Amino acid sequence: MKGFATLLGALAAAAVGAPALLRWGFGVLPVALWTDVLVWLLVAIAVGYAWYVRRQAHLHAPWQRVLRSTPGMSALVALVVFVVIGLADSLHFRLPLEGKSGDGRRVYAVEVLSLLDVLVTPLRARSERTYSAPLATRAYQRETVELPDGKVAREFPRLRYGGAHLANEADRDRDVLVTALQGAALGFATWWALVSAFTGWLARRRGLPLGAMWRALRRGETEVPWLAVYLTALGLMLAAFIVAPLAGKYHVLGTDKVGEDVLYQSLKSIRTGLVIGTVTTLVMLPFAVLLGIAAGYFKGWVDDIVQYVYTTLNSIPSVLLIAAGVLMMQVYIDKHPEFFQTAAERGDLRLLLLCLILGVTSWTGLARVLRGEALKLSELEYIQAAHAFGVRGARVITRHILPNVMHIVLIALVMDFSVLVLAEAVLSYIGVGVDPSTTSFGTMINAARLEMAREPMVWWALAAAFAFMFALVLAANLFADAVRDAFDPRIAIGARAVGAVT
Amino acid sequence: MTAYIVRRILFAVPILIGVNLLTFVLFFVVNTPDDMARMQLGAKRVTTDAIEKWKAERGYDKPMLYNVSAQDLDQVTETVFFEKSMRLFAFDFGNADDGRSIGHEIRTRMGPSLAIAIPTFIIGLAVEITFALLLVFFRTTYLDFWGVVLCVAMMSISTMFYIIGGQYLVGKALHLVPISGYEGGVDALKFVILPIAIGIVGGIGASTRWYRTIFLEEVNRDYVRTARAKGLAETAVMYRHVLKNAMIPILTGVVVVIPRLFMGSLLTESFFGVPGLGSYTIDAIQAQDFAVVRAMVFLGSVLYIVGLILTDISYTLVDPRVRLER
Repeated sequence: MKGFATLLGALAAAAVGAPALLRWGFGVLPVALWTDVLVWLLVAIAVGYAWYVRRQAHLHAPWQRVLRSTPGMSALVALVVFVVIGLADSLHFRLPLEGKSGDGRRVYAVEVLSLLDVLVTPLRARSERTYSAPLATRAYQRETVELPDGKVAREFPRLRYGGAHLANEADRDRDVLVTALQGAALGFATWWALVSAFTGWLARRRGLPLGAMWRALRRGETEVPWLAVYLTALGLMLAAFIVAPLAGKYHVLGTDKVGEDVLYQSLKSIRTGLVIGTVTTLVMLPFAVLLGIAAGYFKGWVDDIVQYVYTTLNSIPSVLLIAAGVLMMQVYIDKHPEFFQTAAERGDLRLLLLCLILGVTSWTGLARVLRGEALKLSELEYIQAAHAFGVRGARVITRHILPNVMHIVLIALVMDFSVLVLAEAVLSYIGVGVDPSTTSFGTMINAARLEMAREPMVWWALAAAFAFMFALVLAANLFADAVRDAFDPRIAIGARAVGAVT
Repeated sequence: MTAYIVRRILFAVPILIGVNLLTFVLFFVVNTPDDMARMQLGAKRVTTDAIEKWKAERGYDKPMLYNVSAQDLDQVTETVFFEKSMRLFAFDFGNADDGRSIGHEIRTRMGPSLAIAIPTFIIGLAVEITFALLLVFFRTTYLDFWGVVLCVAMMSISTMFYIIGGQYLVGKALHLVPISGYEGGVDALKFVILPIAIGIVGGIGASTRWYRTIFLEEVNRDYVRTARAKGLAETAVMYRHVLKNAMIPILTGVVVVIPRLFMGSLLTESFFGVPGLGSYTIDAIQAQDFAVVRAMVFLGSVLYIVGLILTDISYTLVDPRVRLER
């Protein structure tokens, strides 16, 4: 337990220290949005769980099976990248303004920024007037421009930032190619350096000669499928190193109606998706675990009530239940504008409440499975023995039943994630999703959908949203499959798939 | 069995009352009739008289749950809850905010919804089961592995992508069918064919994978080995033995959704401009027309409970060992 206490202490120190560091070290005002707090709480839980797993042989074994699954590991690498982007977007603060107020205090900008916003400042700040295609140098629409000789003409104006460094626009293709190739070379070199160092470390740890280690890796003879990890990392690194320098000169994925960079929006959407996928589960778990196990273990009237509640909730079409909840929440928010200092806070509260509503409406599936499992377990000999020894109900549940259903909870957690990310887009389309000011895959699709009819078509925002969403959900699905196969391949928990009803 | 069904139907009553109470709390307590009146009347400076008139016209001027001023039974019946929610039990849905009868709308919009939902369901089920049997037929080969990967990839794609992509490819680029709209009669075919195809393709990934796991569990049973040992061809084993024995888990997931087919598909109908119940629901949500949303919630709950009862009955049909006499 001592190690755990140290861990908790370190986390607490980080929770206090990080804002203080931000404030005094960098002179920014930290802003703790509700979802930020929950996201970091989840990170703390995940770290604590990982630490716990390390010392529990019965949990260690299935996780090792996850680590040995090729699709699972590839997906994990991609997921880590998404999570890192999401976490960087979950540290919010307000930048200081020049000058000080009357009483000598610092004044801070109203705009709430995240670490990610600061890291990708070029993407955020360099907005055009309106639509432009990916890598374009000129706008998508004709505008009336004044020519140097005083005449007025209708033409596609040059973009303010996209390709502005080019003296001659005809050089664009060559410039893009050269930049991309340079980026790819740099990315490959970085990848090669990292992979060599890592392989060297692996070889040292195994006590193998370096050559033998490489051979084993190439033939896929290692326990953990490092070859797949390396290749996934290569793909991600090439993408990052090619896009990054290009994004400094062009709008790689184009711009939207108000001229905002689509790549920036896509990166920002990742956090929204992650929050909805994870915080919802956090909300749902207490309901599902407590009620499900209580119903299965205590039986009798407890069981009747719980069954009644979840049958009632289940019988309402999920989209309608969510819509009803969200409409009511909207009424409440509209009535109390005084709660929010900034637009970011309002959008954040709406996101949190959406997670709450999704959680309250989606616990029924897991609760039903847990009820069945608890029913089954409570008839087993070791529970009967515990009863015979006079162990109380609550203690039987925490000591004997809960640990034996945790694998189901874990599987439900990872399987629900992708369902929820997909559901967000649908709900935002119907108009009961996140706040329109919050960037999410749903709001991106919703905004871009109306531009399908234009000629030539504005396809890039839609394509970007769908591609990013596909990558995130595919990685999550592959990882969830690996987790399920490792812990219990026979289990099938359908989250109340919002998508299935639509 | 009749006694069982009657009992199940009686059990449905408390559930439906619960559904009504829940929607009532959501719609009337958080968002009071006064708020609704203000929103409907629009302007900020509405007089209290105007609000009272609006409420009286629509029957919202009564107490919420319990009428103190009334006598006996009227204490419960002369309330907004009873007037608005309990009437649903008689399938009296009342009027939408635009004054049209919801019951009439539901009856006329049912047709287009079913025209899309039923073919999607039947053809989809056949396709998914066939694909799943194929994957199981080729189990432990690369075909199976990549088939499953393809399924996972397909289920990772948003439904909206299938719809938008399909509309663009078939409707706009190839000009094969109209992008959206609906007409009755034989003309309906050209409007429903694309939504049906997209509905089938969109469902293949998740369902095929799900049926595959069901079949895989059956395939290792003793009776399958016996069937092979007596010389049956693998396809005969699959279709005649495995499929039949996998029916129970399949029915559990499938039968319950059949009654809900009436409600139509929200996204498909909305994108394709089909005047069905799905698009009706979406319009109601977007217009915040609570009367319609409440009616659809009630209808959905009833159909779900019907689905549960049908599921139990279907068990007795495919498995003679199941008897409904609990």
